Amino acid sequence: MTKVTEKKEDVIILFAGDSGDGMQLTGSLFTNTSALYGNDISTFPDFPAEIRAPLGTVAGVSGFKLHFASVDIFTPGDDVEVLVAMNAAALKANLHQLKIGGTIIANTAGFDKKNLRLAKYDNEQSPLLDKSLDKFRVIELDVSKMTREALVDSGLGTKEVDRCKNMYVLGFLFWMYNRTLENTETFIKEKFAKKPDIRDANIKVLKSGYFFGDTNETFTTRFEVESAHLPKGEYRSIMGNQATAIGLIVAAKKANLDLFYGSYPITPASDILHELARHKNYGVKTFQAEDEIAAVCASIGASYGGAIGVTASSGPGIALKGEAIGLAVMLEIPLVIINVQRGGPSTGLPTKTEQSDLMQAINGRNGEAPLVVIAPHSPSDCFHTIIEATRISIEHMVPVMYLSDGFIANGSEPWKFPAAEDIKEIKPNFADAEKSLEDGAFYPYARDERLVREWATPGMKDLQHRVGGLEKDFKSGNVSYDPANHERMVKVRQEKVDRIADFIPEQKIEQGEDQGDILVIGWGSTYGASRTAVRELINEGHKVSQAHIKYLNPFPKNLFDVMKNFDKVLIPEINNGQLINLINAKYDLRAIPFNKIKGLPFTSREIKEKLLELLS
Amino acid sequence: MTKTNDIQVNLTAKDLATDQDVRWCPGCGDYSILKQLQSTLAEANISKEDTVFVSGIGCSSRFPYYMDTYGIHSIHGRATALASGLKASRPDLSVWIITGDGDSLSIGGNHLIHLLRRNFDVNILMFNNEIYGLTKGQYSPTSPKGQTTKSSPMGSLDHPFNPAALVLGASATFVARSMDRDPKHMREILKAADSHKGTSFIEIYQNCNVFNDGAFEVFTDKGTKADNVILLEEGQPLIFGADSDKGIRFEGMKPVIVSLSDVSKDDLWIHDSKDETKAYFLSKMFDEPGSEGAMPRPFGVFYQEDRFRYEEAMNEQIDRAISLKGKGDLDKLIRGSSTWKV
Repeated sequence: MTKVTEKKEDVIILFAGDSGDGMQLTGSLFTNTSALYGNDISTFPDFPAEIRAPLGTVAGVSGFKLHFASVDIFTPGDDVEVLVAMNAAALKANLHQLKIGGTIIANTAGFDKKNLRLAKYDNEQSPLLDKSLDKFRVIELDVSKMTREALVDSGLGTKEVDRCKNMYVLGFLFWMYNRTLENTETFIKEKFAKKPDIRDANIKVLKSGYFFGDTNETFTTRFEVESAHLPKGEYRSIMGNQATAIGLIVAAKKANLDLFYGSYPITPASDILHELARHKNYGVKTFQAEDEIAAVCASIGASYGGAIGVTASSGPGIALKGEAIGLAVMLEIPLVIINVQRGGPSTGLPTKTEQSDLMQAINGRNGEAPLVVIAPHSPSDCFHTIIEATRISIEHMVPVMYLSDGFIANGSEPWKFPAAEDIKEIKPNFADAEKSLEDGAFYPYARDERLVREWATPGMKDLQHRVGGLEKDFKSGNVSYDPANHERMVKVRQEKVDRIADFIPEQKIEQGEDQGDILVIGWGSTYGASRTAVRELINEGHKVSQAHIKYLNPFPKNLFDVMKNFDKVLIPEINNGQLINLINAKYDLRAIPFNKIKGLPFTSREIKEKLLELLS
Repeated sequence: MTKTNDIQVNLTAKDLATDQDVRWCPGCGDYSILKQLQSTLAEANISKEDTVFVSGIGCSSRFPYYMDTYGIHSIHGRATALASGLKASRPDLSVWIITGDGDSLSIGGNHLIHLLRRNFDVNILMFNNEIYGLTKGQYSPTSPKGQTTKSSPMGSLDHPFNPAALVLGASATFVARSMDRDPKHMREILKAADSHKGTSFIEIYQNCNVFNDGAFEVFTDKGTKADNVILLEEGQPLIFGADSDKGIRFEGMKPVIVSLSDVSKDDLWIHDSKDETKAYFLSKMFDEPGSEGAMPRPFGVFYQEDRFRYEEAMNEQIDRAISLKGKGDLDKLIRGSSTWKV
């Protein structure tokens, strides 16, 4: 029987199953193969908060969303085209994301009475048997049974056999999307090099899934997503936390400083610690501290000693670090603070994304304690943005807060990576006795025209001095309770941060004209959804543009000039309205808020619909 | 960029003083500690620029301002945490932590125990005055139960910490006790702490003459000292008393006070600072002076042990990683393990 191949521009597959079903791995393997086919890619995992939530329940469903395309894409996408549901709970948790007419690949073994009961389907009624899925195309595969049959002679136990079942689904999907198995086979061979029976079993099941699609007469159509017209060059796939980690190593080397990373484990920031700990051969010092406060204080100690101290956490941990960050403001030494934001307040939604710590970053300390705040907008952008954060911190002797979030941190995309030599050097403002002494005395708080003081580290002869959290004399740095001096110092610390605006790029328009009906302006991880929505509207002839703010404090000098040429300014945020407060307070402008606070990123459609409503 | 400078020669205590006015209350025990430390470090011919004093918050934590070395007066309870990062990144420095009973045992208790188990090669001087001085007289975690203070008008309900027992429990590798009123003893202990490789913890009984005057008088006053203090000397029997006529020996697992007229010196407990069990018993000699059967309070080096230092182990791991994988190459790092071309 002839099988036809249909071309598609982009496809979104959501792999969903129990957290033990291997869905993250299955998704990653499909991603890697798609990358080799030259597709543009964006992925996003969706984990349950519990490591092993009860089997078969909706709470225990782990998902991996993959968007791959022959055009350039910026988000993991809105409408799922294929939902892989390893059990009833996986279907129940994710059906709302599947577009009308989309395909469900259901593992029928996961829809037995027990699974239906655990997933809380009324009367244990299977959705595969009633008419509730009529709007979709359902492919029923008894994955468990077919995996067992494929491995009947393997000599493996039931448990080991069942662990291979994700490979069956993967094999079937490779057939469906016209991919070869080669890349995945190589992966399996490397991963299980020391366990030949497991290796052979996985490959056999992978092939069985593929052949099932190929030979079964029910499936007549395959799909093809051609390679995207990405700029020429060499690519790798990168996740946000990984990009942040390697960016830190690069930044430290570019500054010729040791990297000291003090951190306490917290979701979703811990992967940065894991990644850095793997790279000790780059001289990285990772320090898993006893708590969040120790982590930041140890990093301040390292910076005082002349290393670049970096600490990372998520919102609750940043709250604990607040006092010490204030100390770093007072000491005027380099310190990079990473906040991989999650849903708050309090413990909030640990595994879900949110942008709700912007106000905390700007204001979350006692006293007048300005910080530089900077935010990456995509997984690969983390690399450049953390280098920029480190550069500002070192060159301006100021703590910098870097605001990533769960969506960027765990998302991945192809990255046309740079060569190390193309990344600019970072120049620490070190003191030395020859140039820094004034009539034989050292004034640690003397400043240059940028208001930056010199960095005198222990070991430098004749520059011994004392610093601390008490107010400093403007020049000598000695403790001072003088009223006029305090006012002067508060203003100097503020002015020093404000002047950094002279050393950052001007705000640019990301796409669209520099004037028009609406400007969509956001920060952080809303970038991709805004980008897609605005692109579609521009193509449809609307006067809509997009700008995206990386530098949140200080703002680029021309920010108002960019915004004022539009009739309306829309600010989408995954919070209850934080950037908009800063902008409306600072500029003569009434920007329009657009907020989503569900622990989930915006879809591009949501932004597009909001824009259409404002345009009408 | 680390510069190691030549050791300065012929330092005097004065060379270590700064131009800042010392602002402790007149008569405060802190003056004596400052003086002893300046003399000890001058005698040791330290290099001023390779020495860092780190403190938290409290009266004692003003200390760094008075030492002409590098110094940070940090935040409450965190000197130990800050010093950990400093020592990890700069093992070449001589790091001294100045803290008090509130700073190290209350708000900073967590960091103290973790620093001790990691055994960074730093020195901790814990000024114990059994009171909160800077905040004007509330009970501290070492105040005796029942102490009347501004925040405990009917007497404190808190059972006090026994600092020596606490730090031994946290695997400290050098534990000692001294007192502000015995300069000679303090200099000896400071010297021993300086030469110990690993974390040195010294508890210094320090009189707060404003809010808790006389808290340690029984251990420092000429009339009562001899019967209430036992000075530990390495390899020597535990003897005390005005006429050196009392000693301590073990009866089974229990240390007891004996009269030297009944018991030979050879049968007494011989001080061995390498013996962890004996150190434990010394730390438990923590009776209220004058109470029924009270043991004398030990002063001196309770315990010392040579154990690996965190900062050295950290550097060893880096060296091992380099020998296994080669020195990191940035382009390799950026490329990762799998790439494709478009």
